[in-house]
Amino acid sequence: MKCKVCREPAVIDIRRHNANFCGDHFLKLVRDQTQKAIDEFKMFAPGERILVAVSGGKDSLALWDILLELGYEANGLYIGLGIGGYSDRSGDQVRAFAAERGLKLEQIELRDQYGYDVPTAAAVTKRVPCSACGLSKRHLFDKAALQGGYDAVATGHNLDDEAAVLFGNTLRWQTEYLARQHPVLPARPGFPRKVKPLVRLGEREMAAYCVLRGIDYIVEECPMAVGNKHIGYKEALNAIEATSPGAKQAFYFGFLARAVERFADAAPAYAEAGDTAACTRCGVPTTSEICAFCRLLERTAGAEPVHLTIKGKRVDA
Amino acid sequence: MQVNLRNPNRTIIFEGPMSIVALLQKLDLNRESVLVIRGGTLVPGDALLTADDVVEIRPVISGGVA
Ligand code: SF4
Ligand SMILES: [Zn+2]
Ligand SMILES: [Zn+2]
Repeated sequence: MKCKVCREPAVIDIRRHNANFCGDHFLKLVRDQTQKAIDEFKMFAPGERILVAVSGGKDSLALWDILLELGYEANGLYIGLGIGGYSDRSGDQVRAFAAERGLKLEQIELRDQYGYDVPTAAAVTKRVPCSACGLSKRHLFDKAALQGGYDAVATGHNLDDEAAVLFGNTLRWQTEYLARQHPVLPARPGFPRKVKPLVRLGEREMAAYCVLRGIDYIVEECPMAVGNKHIGYKEALNAIEATSPGAKQAFYFGFLARAVERFADAAPAYAEAGDTAACTRCGVPTTSEICAFCRLLERTAGAEPVHLTIKGKRVDA
Repeated sequence: MQVNLRNPNRTIIFEGPMSIVALLQKLDLNRESVLVIRGGTLVPGDALLTADDVVEIRPVISGGVA
């Protein structure tokens, strides 16, 4: 196996590009593909300030590293979700990454700053943990980005993530979700711009990038993700990819190029500035008096902390 | 050779030299879903593993949706 660019021994094959790469040229490919996505979808321009949502996993740490390598000004924000040992270890990973490189990392601990954690919020609301978790992350990333004067929030969603979400939305023809599945969500009153610069890169490439760059990330999964539908969709798509390299890329980018517009009618009508009221507690635009995050705060206030369990078994050690 | 698997962590010992393709087939793993790592770096897909190699097979699929 030889590098497509320099003919030196290759370390990785990328079947959808029908090419092999040595370490250096693979790293270059990853940076070039990220830059291409940033330009193609007009995510941000040099001089703009980016807030990277970092979880301690491969995608977000790699994204932070790549943006800095490309010369962008990017700081990190980590949210401690309180999911037992998993959160402890992922937080350590992020802090070590930032400290080793002298980077600016902002941190929020849900339990210390907001008086709840994801397992307790799930128990109180009697919904799956991912629902309170996603709500908390969205609200706090938005707020941090606006308060910190950032131009955009960047997340580590990669091609596999986006293809799997598209697959799930298509299976059920969730037209409202299909209409807004895009690598960039423009800013609107009260909400920052959101971008996904890794959409041109597969999950295996992001893990390989971390190995080759010596980025130590948390390989274990959030205990709540194990065996979920999203992972099942990814496995199904990888089974197709194995016999038909490039299928995931064609599926997702074909959707963006030729299909997403057809769902425009189903897009949620975002209220114009002035139409929505501000949350009476925190000020974010909302259609009710109190926003979903502040309602969550109200419901979790004073609740006894619980541990995450699946079928009665503790899973957050 | 010693093969270390993750999530959950476990170790399997295989006899003799083996190609990456054969190893992944034996473990019933899709090449799109894993990386093979030896001594902190990637092992290319056409490499032959020897009897005294120690390799990690690292899953690359992660499940966070939000
Ligand atoms: S999988 Fe874990 S980290 Fe991801 S949204 Fe669900 S609870 Fe949160
Ligand atoms: Zn090369
Ligand atoms: Zn509010």
